[in-house]
Amino acid sequence: MLARTASYLYWIGRYVERAEFTARLVEATVRLDSLSARPAGEGAWESALAVASSADDYAATGETVNPTNVANFMMLAENNSNSVRNCLYSARMNSRAVRTALTREGWESINRAWLGLRDRSAVGGTQATINLIEALKAETRGFEGAIHRMLRQESQFFLRLGACIERADNMARLIDVKYHLILPEGEEVGGLIDRDQWSTILQTASANTAFRWLYRDGLSPSRVVEMLVLRRELPRSLAATADELVGILDALGKATGFQGEADRMARLLQQRMRKTRIREIMAGGLHEYLQAFIKENRLLSQAITRQFRFD
Amino acid sequence: MAQKYFDEIWGYSRGRRPRPGFESLARWIKETSKPELRRRQAQAEAAFRQLGITFNVYGEDEEAERIIPFDIIPRVFTHEEWQSLSEGLEQRVTALNLFLEDVYGARKILKDGIVPSDLVLGNPGFTPLVNGHRPPHGLYAHICGIDMVRTSADEFLVLEDNARTPSGVSYMLENREAMLRLCPELFEIFEVEPVDSYTDALREMMQSVAPDSASNNPCCVLLTPGHFNSAFYEHSFLADNVGIELVEAADLIVDDDIVWMRTIEGRKRVDVIYRRIDDDFLDPLVFRPDSMLGVPGLIAAYFAGNVTLINAPGGGIADDKAIYSYMPEIVKYYTGAEAKLPNVETWRCREPDALKYTLEHLAELVVKKVDGSGGYGMLVGPTSTEEEIAEFRAALKANPHGYIAQPTLALSTVPTLAGKGIKGRHVDFRPFVLSGTNGVHTVPGGLTRVALREGSLVVNSSQGGGTKDSFVLRPDNEQPEAKA
Repeated sequence: MLARTASYLYWIGRYVERAEFTARLVEATVRLDSLSARPAGEGAWESALAVASSADDYAATGETVNPTNVANFMMLAENNSNSVRNCLYSARMNSRAVRTALTREGWESINRAWLGLRDRSAVGGTQATINLIEALKAETRGFEGAIHRMLRQESQFFLRLGACIERADNMARLIDVKYHLILPEGEEVGGLIDRDQWSTILQTASANTAFRWLYRDGLSPSRVVEMLVLRRELPRSLAATADELVGILDALGKATGFQGEADRMARLLQQRMRKTRIREIMAGGLHEYLQAFIKENRLLSQAITRQFRFD
Repeated sequence: MAQKYFDEIWGYSRGRRPRPGFESLARWIKETSKPELRRRQAQAEAAFRQLGITFNVYGEDEEAERIIPFDIIPRVFTHEEWQSLSEGLEQRVTALNLFLEDVYGARKILKDGIVPSDLVLGNPGFTPLVNGHRPPHGLYAHICGIDMVRTSADEFLVLEDNARTPSGVSYMLENREAMLRLCPELFEIFEVEPVDSYTDALREMMQSVAPDSASNNPCCVLLTPGHFNSAFYEHSFLADNVGIELVEAADLIVDDDIVWMRTIEGRKRVDVIYRRIDDDFLDPLVFRPDSMLGVPGLIAAYFAGNVTLINAPGGGIADDKAIYSYMPEIVKYYTGAEAKLPNVETWRCREPDALKYTLEHLAELVVKKVDGSGGYGMLVGPTSTEEEIAEFRAALKANPHGYIAQPTLALSTVPTLAGKGIKGRHVDFRPFVLSGTNGVHTVPGGLTRVALREGSLVVNSSQGGGTKDSFVLRPDNEQPEAKA
């Protein structure tokens, strides 16, 4: 396979994942902000920007932080390279360039997702925003389905590899949002707003019900973190994603006949996550743990880029 | 004065009596309801759009992806018509290749005075750089698209030769797919020659022209300018169906006069490049230095005989419309036989008498740039305004060498869905001819382009043209009605 084709597929995987994550983040923030009986207000939108690491870009626009402005910025803004629209644009352009490496279903779901956003100038009110995001989630689920129906060969591996790396990054950032969220004065840790925030994180990870299944004894920060970081039963947890990364790299190794630094790094990450216990994470500081994870994940992505000669 | 046009189904009968052999097609057209035809046509176009069979129109927003309109009523060639067409095409392309080898080699045809030396050597289409470099196996124009028009029951004329990088073959293949799906009953009425062997023929041709240094299983690739190019869909479609990698310039590197492609497993040697990039952009080291589309060192590798370029650089001289006017002589010179396919009568404006005639008859003639293509830069006298004619008059006087003139042809029509009914619309035809060391081969079919606007004679997609499927009937396909 051409190195460029592999790189485009990898980035299609990343962009689609990023688009979906960003949309889910907006959805959860809308809920946290407006559906909750105790509006968390601007803080929620500021943290959403922080999670998407768009705070600086947003500040540069000079706009005030309010729900409409931030939702538009995260969903549609052309001057935000991580906006859902821009992610889908890039995914679609890459897909067009490697059109024949994708199946028809895969191409069509990306194309439809793009066409659904292309001409939107504003997300509209709460209901319109939620509707838009629902439609988008349906398309990205369709894309995920299409990927899993592809032939299990290099094209599929690179798409999934990109999706995994991006998912690991996004999930770690999402959990880390608690570090950025400042509780309003007078609110206590473990209080209502604190619980709302954790519950929003679960919602963004589409893991609310999963949590109830795994933990019958109620919401607590360390349980939420344990599930999202360490529980392999949850397909989008960091540990499950590390497993998947190792599996895909193995499959690529079999197809191409060689392995390299990326394989070693992924296996190391997997081994370490298997041994990690939640109390160690919490004792050492969640923020520090997540920051280290994000950095390691980035180094892994760079190793993949080198190993498969993307540049 | 209403001109009489030959209709390929109705002849000159104005819809009263079909030509022999076309009775059942005429019946199909009459008996299938118009809304049903329109529904099928819309379905075909929707499928094209979903598949992304689009082209970009130059001069529009680069993201403007359009589909070429598709007409559901096919154009049909009888076996006998095709027989003589394909013989003529193969003769013509054989001569074209010999001509190219000659003008970049011994130049016998110039020495013998058949074609004026200055017309060839001073031609912008002549590439001095490749002079004296014989390409692998001496072949230049591996893939030719010959544009043809029909003017009566038995008159097919060549309008122009495309020996550089003719496009449109994916439409031949996709249109057939659509017809098979949407009008299966037509294939019961007719036994139609399949066109899908084209991609196999293309692969075999590519493998046959690999340099001698290549292995038995040469590595062939298709080089595209990238996904912003108007013909990108075709590039990816062909690469996928031929089973070769679709590469961009950045995927190739030349090292020690050998071309490599970058894969996830490292470098892989490339033997044959079907390039869909113009000569000028092929290699920034020897052609345009500002070209981002090209591969530095590619021409050196080509000169070293390490890679075959399809088509070989320099072929543009054969596309030149002034050279075209000598094709009957060129065919005769190299094949020893009269050209089986006639040219359209052509006035070379570089010749004073021809210029005088052209200037006097601008309102009746079609005037073309000798190096123009795509329907750009041409004047169709009878349908032009006085200002347009005046503009061309000035351009002609300023640079007579740059133009040729031809009579306005009575292009044949084929019934076409138009508005509420079915009307005759003018068509042309581009068959594709492959030349390898395994011989010269024409797949039975081609691209029929149709001018969708009433009365229009310009069929280019960039100028509002559409396409039709082109059926070539198998032998012994006569129907009972025809034998009566």
